[in-house]
Amino acid sequence: MTGSPQSAGSDPDRAVVPVGTHRALGLTDEEYAGIERVLGRKPTAVELSMYAVMWSEHCSYKSSRAHLSRLPTEGPQVILGPGENAGVVDVGDGLAIALRIESHNHPSAIEPYQGAATGVGGILRDIFTMGARPIALMDGLFVGTLDDARSRYLLDGIVRGVAGYGNSVGVPTIGGQITTAPGYRGNPLVNVFCLGLLRREHLVLAAASGAGNLVVLLGSRTGRDGIGGVSVLASSEFAGEGAAKRPSVQVADPYEEKRLIEACLELLSAGLVVGIQDLGGAGLACATSETAAKGGMSMEVDLSAVPRREPAMSGVEVMTSESQERMLAVVTPENFATVRAVCERFEVEAAVIGTVAEPDPDGVGRLRIRDEVGGAVLGEMPAASLADDAPRYRRPIAEPGDLAARRAVRAARLDPAGRHDDALLAMLVDPAWIYRQYDHQLFLNTVRGPGEADAAVLRLAAPGIAWQGKGLALSCDANPGWCAIDPRAGTAATVAESVLNVACTGARPLALVNCLNFGNPEHPEVMWQLTEAIEGMSEACEALGVPVVGGNVSLYNASDGADIEPTPVVAVAGLIEQLASPPPAIGWQNGDTLVLLGEAAGSLAGSRYARDVLGERDGSLSPVDLAAHLRLCNLVAELVAAECSAEPAGVLHGVHDVADGGLAVALAEVAWRSGSGASAEVARPEELFAELPPRAMIATADPTAIEHAAADHGVAARIIGRAGGGRLAVSGPDGAILVDAPLAALGEAMTANLAGRLDIAPSAH
Amino acid sequence: MTHETTVGVLCFPGSNCEHDVVAALEGLGAPARIVWHSDSDLSGFGGLVVPGGFAHGDYLRPGAIARFSPAMDALRDFAERGGPVLGICNGFQVLTEAGLLPGALMRNAGMRFICTTVECEVASSSSVLTAAVPAGTVLRLPVNHYEGNYTCSAGDLAELEQNGQVVLRYRDNPNGSTGDIAGIANRTGNVVGLMPHPERASSALLGSADGLPLLQSFVDAIARGGGASQASRVAS
Amino acid sequence: MIFSVAVEIRPLEGIANPEGLTIERALPALGFSGVREVRVGKLLRFELEAADEHHARHEVEQMCEHLLANPVIERADIRLEAIGATK
Repeated sequence: MTGSPQSAGSDPDRAVVPVGTHRALGLTDEEYAGIERVLGRKPTAVELSMYAVMWSEHCSYKSSRAHLSRLPTEGPQVILGPGENAGVVDVGDGLAIALRIESHNHPSAIEPYQGAATGVGGILRDIFTMGARPIALMDGLFVGTLDDARSRYLLDGIVRGVAGYGNSVGVPTIGGQITTAPGYRGNPLVNVFCLGLLRREHLVLAAASGAGNLVVLLGSRTGRDGIGGVSVLASSEFAGEGAAKRPSVQVADPYEEKRLIEACLELLSAGLVVGIQDLGGAGLACATSETAAKGGMSMEVDLSAVPRREPAMSGVEVMTSESQERMLAVVTPENFATVRAVCERFEVEAAVIGTVAEPDPDGVGRLRIRDEVGGAVLGEMPAASLADDAPRYRRPIAEPGDLAARRAVRAARLDPAGRHDDALLAMLVDPAWIYRQYDHQLFLNTVRGPGEADAAVLRLAAPGIAWQGKGLALSCDANPGWCAIDPRAGTAATVAESVLNVACTGARPLALVNCLNFGNPEHPEVMWQLTEAIEGMSEACEALGVPVVGGNVSLYNASDGADIEPTPVVAVAGLIEQLASPPPAIGWQNGDTLVLLGEAAGSLAGSRYARDVLGERDGSLSPVDLAAHLRLCNLVAELVAAECSAEPAGVLHGVHDVADGGLAVALAEVAWRSGSGASAEVARPEELFAELPPRAMIATADPTAIEHAAADHGVAARIIGRAGGGRLAVSGPDGAILVDAPLAALGEAMTANLAGRLDIAPSAH
Repeated sequence: MTHETTVGVLCFPGSNCEHDVVAALEGLGAPARIVWHSDSDLSGFGGLVVPGGFAHGDYLRPGAIARFSPAMDALRDFAERGGPVLGICNGFQVLTEAGLLPGALMRNAGMRFICTTVECEVASSSSVLTAAVPAGTVLRLPVNHYEGNYTCSAGDLAELEQNGQVVLRYRDNPNGSTGDIAGIANRTGNVVGLMPHPERASSALLGSADGLPLLQSFVDAIARGGGASQASRVAS
Repeated sequence: MIFSVAVEIRPLEGIANPEGLTIERALPALGFSGVREVRVGKLLRFELEAADEHHARHEVEQMCEHLLANPVIERADIRLEAIGATK
């Protein structure tokens, strides 16, 4: 081979790599042997560092990939499924949406503001790299309980980080979800979803093609941000070392990203780039190898041409730096001057750092890293080997030994003669404290913002893409309580709830993306949770007709040896064919009849009441009859869609799903939002707080019409009460009062349980 | 007399509400076009809007760098000749930094970014933004800012109040602004800055159309050929 | 001469300072009870090449006036230290 990698002198890139270094980089001896096998020799320092980041769990999905193929990914609307930067789905009118969700858990545990902010920045790049204009963000947040000072500090910083980045970069954050539970105290989860809109003809893929084309690095200069961060931060457990790890934190610059978005979208819509790829977790190592591999080409990279923020950076550092706000574009030499002019207008730096070359004579596309043009080769490897040759593990799977015993625990009962006001008040949370810190209105698309309906509702439009009357519904959901006692049924129920949420705004589901947050995959029980969750998600998506178009897996979520509860997060996008009027909000009017739609509530097992009030974490989750749930979703979507037309039917005054917290929480949320109470009756006391299966509560002046529609769809319907008055009162089948609370008490609890704990400046310790 | 009626919407690298302002103005039938901040020729416009966003990232202070853009020199000339100028949110911050409006916008008293819809009351009709909206009119308008806490010297405040330059007040002050001030005008009424976003309240589908009368006032002022003559009529 | 420059930007006397107030309210909850008059500003550090201290100070004053501070709400205090000769 020409210019074989050198290993002489004091330069760290050329020094002989000491035996055993791979272990410090997170590679096992077997994985290291695999690198030697691929290369046919010992790796150089640059090569070893690149394999280390690319073969980390975070980049390679080496523990989960074998199981993810179970997920259903196909549908007539799917343009691109999993495996690309984002899933792409047809929404008609020549338009498509690009969507993805990703975790930024470990960075947020170390530095919540920067961790969350760079999480937003990263997911945005995944979307606009497809040629799509990002128009919506959602965040799924999981922190410890708020009686804990550190959890308050983390939540405050995370919310400020999402706000600080999303607001400034100019993409509205239109929804999300918040869960507080003790298991996230040392390992908070920050999952960020982004959706973009594009014209189908502007779809661009991350492939480098055309020998002689230029490889251009756009955006921020490269510094020592997050060196080794991918493998060190995302692939090993935490043990309270936050302070020591702080130097590798990446710092977010939303202003740079804003300019990068505008420059890239202009380059893409003008057809000035052949391929483009964002720089994510593994920096240049990932972007160069992936684009070369996807194009089936070789690539020459000249390290001296990479603009640096700091002096004396080694090749290892340049190739693995996680400096934010950078993109890699492949540009023909003829177009480069125009590309540079566009970038200059947006004050975005553009540097040619390499060229695309024909595959080597043996047919293999290789990545060659030189210290300068024509200079010494610091690394040379088959481009595809960094991604494709990564190890894949079929790690041992074992269901927990005490599973049968735990499932046999009988679900708790509710005292039929007792009052449950305090339990209800303790479960009420108004997330407005979070979403009021987010710009959720930009682009004039937000028809139903956060908190207004079960899903956010947007006009399907973007700057440069005029609105043609359709709407988009987005919901982000998770329920670790359900998944903790039954990851399979719990994940299926999570999907069912998310699909019902978009149905509650009149939408049919188009696609789902997921973020699978789990513990240490080297623990067989965690692998069992993961495979069960994937199975449950697959069953629900198949039954409800929702393809999975993208996903992210975050493992090693554990602190001080304890794995987090299984936390699959799903985001569902749905389409509203005609959005001339806003869908009914979470609300009712005085005198409305309340109709509950769906199968009868099951047990309290897995409910928030069981976990938070009783401290009960065992039992059998009530299963969701997916066929019945599909009928429910179709019914609700149809009823609500009739209210979204230019001439609303006027039958539905409000709709709200009944799941997390159960019927009592749903009633309280609607009462508080409406400023009007209600009296209702439950069939048995447990129905107050039982969460499954997900149901829908309708407020209407015409219950007969609802009952007829329900009968037509084969959906169970039951009148449960009437809206009005200044109190929420719920009685049992024998007439005993189970809940009776004035509206003011509901409102006070809503505020006290979240905002009330966070409105003083938090402390770090 | 013929004159320009197109509205120029200034765009800095970190602006983000420029498309929304254009859309809302076009919804009223007013032609509008985005102008890049490096453009020093604004001769084709009958009115100018500085939209919301984060002009230059706003790491130092919102609007601190924007006022040095070539377009801002041209905007200053335009304003001095009586041309209608509207600064919304970050645009209000830019106009105060540029000295076209008195005072400054500090961090919200609650030390958090606020995005919500608030009720505002039109406090004076002596401006291009409020000429067609009677004082006392209550409007539901979205706010979306971290630095919307208006402050100024006691002397400036007295003058603003005396001259009817306070054009919009919060009914339930969300950010600690002096005198519940949500928007002010210059003495001649042709330059107006406000923190609420009238363009976000441009359709019932989006929750409020209360911003439209304000934008219609601005468009009407442009159609009449400028702000100064109109404002003096209101004052007389 | 090369100068090390520190510009301290402080809220003017009498101008509300929500940043400081928030911190002042939070500290007692953590057991720090004697804190009063918290004011939050900014500190900028940079190096400057100038003929002498007089010119350096004048230049930094101009920077403050035009960009670094907003005289409506802020004042700037400048500290200069010669750290070396121009090459």
